[in-house]
Amino acid sequence: MSKIGIIIQREYVSRVMKKSFLLLTFLTPIFMAAMIILPMWITTLKDETVKNIVVVDNTRSLRDVLKSSEQYTFVFTDTSIDDIRKERSDKTTSNKKNELSAVLYISEDLVENPNAVTIYSEKQINVELKSYIANQLNNYVRDKKLEALNIQDLKEKIEQSKSNIKITTIKWDSSGKEKEGSAEMALIIGMVSAFLIYIFIMSYGSQVMSGVLQEKTSRIVEVIISSVKPFELMMGKIIGIALVGLTQFTIWIVFTLILTGIGTAIFGPGFNTSSMSEAVQMGQTVSEGDSAEMISKVMTMLSGFDFVKVSVLFLLYFLGGYLLYASLFAAIGSAVDNETDTQQFSMPITLPIIFALFIGIYASQSPDSALAFWGSMIPFTSPVVMMARVPYDVPMWQILLSLAVLVGSFIASTWLAGKIYRTGILMYGKKVSWKELWKWLRVK
Amino acid sequence: MKQYAGHRALDGVSLEIPKGTVYGLLGPNGAGKTTLIRIINCITAPDSGEVLLNGKKLQLEDVRNIGYLPEERGLYKKMKVGEQAVYLARLKGMSKADALKSLKYWFEKFEIQDWWGKKVEELSKGMAQKVQFITTILHEPELLIFDEPFSGFDPVNADLLKREILALRDQGTTIIFSTHNMESVEELCENISLVHKSKVVLQGNVAEIRASHASDSLFVKTADAVTLENCDIISQIQKNGAFETTLKKRNEKSNNEILQEIIAQTQVYSFEELLPTMNDIFIRTVTKA
Repeated sequence: MSKIGIIIQREYVSRVMKKSFLLLTFLTPIFMAAMIILPMWITTLKDETVKNIVVVDNTRSLRDVLKSSEQYTFVFTDTSIDDIRKERSDKTTSNKKNELSAVLYISEDLVENPNAVTIYSEKQINVELKSYIANQLNNYVRDKKLEALNIQDLKEKIEQSKSNIKITTIKWDSSGKEKEGSAEMALIIGMVSAFLIYIFIMSYGSQVMSGVLQEKTSRIVEVIISSVKPFELMMGKIIGIALVGLTQFTIWIVFTLILTGIGTAIFGPGFNTSSMSEAVQMGQTVSEGDSAEMISKVMTMLSGFDFVKVSVLFLLYFLGGYLLYASLFAAIGSAVDNETDTQQFSMPITLPIIFALFIGIYASQSPDSALAFWGSMIPFTSPVVMMARVPYDVPMWQILLSLAVLVGSFIASTWLAGKIYRTGILMYGKKVSWKELWKWLRVK
Repeated sequence: MKQYAGHRALDGVSLEIPKGTVYGLLGPNGAGKTTLIRIINCITAPDSGEVLLNGKKLQLEDVRNIGYLPEERGLYKKMKVGEQAVYLARLKGMSKADALKSLKYWFEKFEIQDWWGKKVEELSKGMAQKVQFITTILHEPELLIFDEPFSGFDPVNADLLKREILALRDQGTTIIFSTHNMESVEELCENISLVHKSKVVLQGNVAEIRASHASDSLFVKTADAVTLENCDIISQIQKNGAFETTLKKRNEKSNNEILQEIIAQTQVYSFEELLPTMNDIFIRTVTKA
């Protein structure tokens, strides 16, 4: 094995075998899956106990309106509301308490006074019950009002006049073929991949920096560079850590998919994307047909995206951006003597990445603006910004140009970093300045 | 010659190191010793001049024939001792199997087998130095360079190390030895170079250097007090029933003539010429320059 191979192996193995790596790598997917599954699971949780609601109806017209359901049983009574309260506060009849959840009191005709409804209870009643009752009463009042207008078949006419507009977005590709697209999906995919690239460059770039610094402060570096060239040591570290990043990323994706798959299988086909909206519009039932339609809709939206292209570009931009930044981080790590000094020197490197994230967020909303274009061309921001634009079908020449610039830049930055590194790692106890770094660059 | 921006670290330095000897590289801090060693190790390149190994120009591949124990040395703190030793050996071009075999031998020899699975951060400084010494010599290089090898060692382990260094020399290894500890120079080195302010100010065989710096001082232990015409008496003390006298010759009389003079006066227990220590020579040369 070549020497650089041995270095890559050590960097890789020593990081992958670390407890913190294993913990982070395997817990994150579990956390991610939990984030996806938990809200779905919560919406499937239903209170199984049947609630008894006593209805005191002064209008005596609602007996057919409030229908008992699986969860709620409405019991109509002629007892006055005051009597019920007295009865319930009476200790001797306290055994009855458990059977009764709430008292619904309707004091007047609702068509005239919609506020004439009160629910009395000892425990706070839930929103679902409230909206269930409100729904039923609303329908009743509306029907009553429509009847009062005395127009024939009005109810049917209104039903027919209801509309539900769904806009389908379809993209024509160069050969004129149709592809169903989704602006929302493009936004989400763009943002997620831009953010992932940002996180990866930041965290793995600074791992390179602290790795170099550790070698310098533990004084092992001189022993090693009496065996290998400084450039080999630097590249070995950068490549080794890149492989750690790719490993972690792969494990995350595979695990999240597996865990989400298992979760979906356990909770069955009963939950789907529509159960989320169901949770929001509580009380309104979504028919089976609707949810099936939603699923197929999401599936077609997803299949409209060229995931292979997005993944390949993600990989390329991750590697390009990482190599560009990691070499600079390595140079900084070699130049300073301790952790606190890294702050001062890493600032000019971390700032462009942070800028890139902001431009990326902006670019995912207006992907064809000038800022987004230039952001995706300049190598310091292009990995993040271009990933935000990719789901919107960026012209091929732009991608190729931006990749070419990126590759050229990381070759240049690695070369420069190698020069600083070579001098920096053997320099102890000397406070470095930007001027000093410039001098190192010019050393033959 | 090595030129750094602003100052010249090495200037016209030329050493010839005989094969199979221990060569001392001396000099005060900042004299340029480390720069010279780094040039020999191909860590830095000279601006002019060259390094020959076995008469041939030193190539980058030759570093596998060199073992270097730098003054600023360390190990990966979180890595296990054994793994680390194998790693460093492999970087020198050894195969994993060879490295393991050879390490087993040395770990047994130094009786440190039970450190194998320990992390370096659990070792004391002296213990870590021992491991470093082993990793330096493990690949059986032709040329060994030790920069302050004894720092951090207790006397017992320093002695063990000295014995190993001499044993390596006897096996034909050439050793460059850089130190401030002049006693060990006298003990170990055949030849030395004293570097001061980027230049070699003193070079040669240790015994010859000491002889040439002889200050005509004599030490004599006798039964009675002595007085000599041709010598100044520096000091004379009575100890355990004997007189110990330090003399300085005033003219070109041979030691034999002086000894005869003393014998005529009293009984002689011991007589020796006082050679300056390397420490004296070092201080004198550096302060004079």
